[in-house]
Amino acid sequence: MPLLQINNLKTHFFSDGTVTKAVDGVSYDVEAGETVALVGESGCGKSVSSLSIMQLIPQPPGKIVDGEILFDGQNLLSLNREEMRRMRGREIAMIFQEPMTSLNPVISIETQLTEAMTLQLGITSNQARKKGIDLLERVGIPEPEVRVRQYPHEFSGGMRQRVMVAMALSCEPKLIIADEPTTALDVTIQAQILDLLKDLAAERELALLIITHNLGVVARYADRINIMYAGRFIESGTCKDIFADPRHPYTLGLLESIPRLDQPKGSKLIPIPGQPPDLAGLPSGCNFQPRCRFAQERCAVEYPDVTDIGNGHWSACWEANTFKITAESGSTN
Amino acid sequence: MTSTTPLLEVRNLSKEFPVGSGGILSRKKQIIKAVQDVSFSIQPGETLGLVGESGSGKTTLGRSIIRLHEPTSGEVLLDGKNILNLRHSALQATRRRMQIIFQDPYSSLDPRMNVGNIVGEGLLIHNLTNSKNEYRGRVEDLFELVGLSPLMMGRFPHEFSGGQRQRIGIARALAVEPDFIVCDEPVSALDVSIQAQILNLFEELQERLNLAYLFVAHDLSVVRHISDRIAVMYLGRIVEIAEGDELYRNPSHPYTQALISGIPIPDPVIEETRDRIVLTGEIPSPLNPPTGCVFNPRCPLSDERCPKIVPELRTVSHDHLSACINADGYGAVGAIT
Repeated sequence: MPLLQINNLKTHFFSDGTVTKAVDGVSYDVEAGETVALVGESGCGKSVSSLSIMQLIPQPPGKIVDGEILFDGQNLLSLNREEMRRMRGREIAMIFQEPMTSLNPVISIETQLTEAMTLQLGITSNQARKKGIDLLERVGIPEPEVRVRQYPHEFSGGMRQRVMVAMALSCEPKLIIADEPTTALDVTIQAQILDLLKDLAAERELALLIITHNLGVVARYADRINIMYAGRFIESGTCKDIFADPRHPYTLGLLESIPRLDQPKGSKLIPIPGQPPDLAGLPSGCNFQPRCRFAQERCAVEYPDVTDIGNGHWSACWEANTFKITAESGSTN
Repeated sequence: MTSTTPLLEVRNLSKEFPVGSGGILSRKKQIIKAVQDVSFSIQPGETLGLVGESGSGKTTLGRSIIRLHEPTSGEVLLDGKNILNLRHSALQATRRRMQIIFQDPYSSLDPRMNVGNIVGEGLLIHNLTNSKNEYRGRVEDLFELVGLSPLMMGRFPHEFSGGQRQRIGIARALAVEPDFIVCDEPVSALDVSIQAQILNLFEELQERLNLAYLFVAHDLSVVRHISDRIAVMYLGRIVEIAEGDELYRNPSHPYTQALISGIPIPDPVIEETRDRIVLTGEIPSPLNPPTGCVFNPRCPLSDERCPKIVPELRTVSHDHLSACINADGYGAVGAIT
C-alpha cells in the first residue's frame, strides 16, 4: 500500500459565479521513502494540489469537491478538524517557497521550532529545546545554542530555509511536502538545501513530494515525476523514462524550451506557442490542444484517455504513441 | 574574437553606496562596495553574459555602465570615448545608443500610459520622427518587430501577460535604435515556456539589428545559451571571464566550478555521473567583505596566501581570464591591463 494515495482529487474555487478548476481530477501515489516530483508552470494548480493534502485551502472560495486523499490507508478528507490538526506536522510536514515570509518575524526561532513538538509529541519544553538544537545542528546551522534564541531577521534566506527544514523534521513525519523549496534561493544555496533534504530523507526513510517548475532539480533529485498542466496530470513516470522518452507534447515542449548548461550557444530553443489557459475557462477537449503542434481534430472534442506505456509510465494524449514519429519526420523535411 | 575597437569598454569601474546618514543617532557611516575595479569590453553585435548570485553587484554594474547609477570611479568608453564626463545634450545623445530592459515586466511599465505611448516615448524625446504619421508608422513597426499586433497599441500594461509586457519593454528599448542594450534579468520572471519565446526574440533581434547585449542573469543555463562570452561576478568583482564553451568545459576559478556543478542539468543520466562541488557557507555581506580574495572563506582551494592577496584577473589560457592564484596557468602569462 502506498504511503499517500490520491484518487481523482478535484479542488475548485468559486467566485463571482465562475468556477476555477485549479485541480481537476488528479490521481497519484507516493511510496514510503521515495521522492516524487510534481512539475508544472505557474498557475497550473501544483501548489493547490499540495495544499489540498494538508487541507490548507481557504474555504470559501476554495473547496475540495471530489476525490480521496488516503494517507496510510486513512482518508484525510473524512477526518474532523482536530484529527486533521494532529496529522499536520506529525505525519505530513510542509516546507514553503518563501523562507522570508513563512516564519513569524516577532517570535523567536526556539518558540517556533518547539511549539509543534510540545503539542504533537507530548514532550516538555526543555526536551523540545534540546531536540530543536540537535535538529538545527543537523540541518547545518552553526552555533545552534546561540542561534535558537535569535529571531528570523537574524538569519539569511538559506539559513531560514534550513530552519524550515528543521521544523518540518521536528515531529518525525513520514512525508514532507516541499513546495518550490529553493526557488527563492541562490544557486549555490539551492544545491545545499536540496542535498540536505535528500540526505535527510534517505537517513530517516522519509517520503518527499517536491513541487517545482525546475526540470533540472527534478532530474537530479526525483525518483518519479508527475507533469501537471491546467489542473490535470498529463504525464507520469519514472524520472529516467520521462526524460528519455516523453510521451506528451507538453512534456516534450518543456524539455525543448529550456536552455541547458551542457548545450552551446546557438542550440535552438523551441518555445511552446501561446500561453497556458485560464483555469476558469478551459478549452474543450484536451487542455493543451490550442498550443499543441500535433493536435488532431479529435483533440478539440474529447479529453484524452490515458495511454499506458508500461513501467508505470502513462500519458494523457491521444497521440502518445505516434506524435514523436510525426515530430521526427517533420523535422527532416 | 576580432581585434577591432570594442563598442564598449569598461575600465576599472567601481561603484560605492554610502549607508546610514551619519546623523547623531545612527551608527557610523558605512560604505557598500557594490562593484569593485571591473574591466571588460564588448564588441559590436556581441553578447557578454554577466552571471552572479544575489548581492554580487551584477545589476549595479549594468546600471552604472549606462549611468543610471553614477559610478564612483573608472571609465566607460563607448566607441573609445569616455561617457562618464558627458553632460546634458551630449549625455542624452549617448543615452540613445545605450538602452536597458528590466527584470520585472510588471513594475517597469507605467500603468497609466498606453503601451503605444510607452514604446514611442523615446522617439519623441530624441526627436527621431518628423511627422505624426511617421511616428505612428515607427511604433507599429516596433510592435511587429517584437511579435505584437499593432492593434494593441491603445491598450494599457495591465491588459498584457508577463511575456507580452517583456516584449513591450524590448520594443521601448529598440525604438531609439540603440547599439547596446543592458538586459537585466529579462527572462527570470517568466515561465519556462514563455522564457524560450523571449530568448529566441533576443537572438533574432541581435541578428537583424547587430545589437550588442550585456545579458545579466543569475541563471547560468540561460546565460550560456545566449552569450558569446561570460563574466562571472562574486561580491562586486569579476572572478572569471571566458568564451561560453570554454567557461563551461574548463572553468578555472573555484567559484565558477561550484556554480556550474550547482546547476542541475535536466537529464537524469548525465546527473548521475556529474562531479559535484557543494560550497559551504553563504555569500558574505558586501558591507563587511573578507580581506584578500573575496571568495576565500568559502573556497575549497584556499590557502594561507588567499586572505592576504586580492588576485587580479589574469590570462590562464587564450581569451580566458581568472582571478585565482591557485588556478592552473595563473600568472604564467603576463597580467592584462
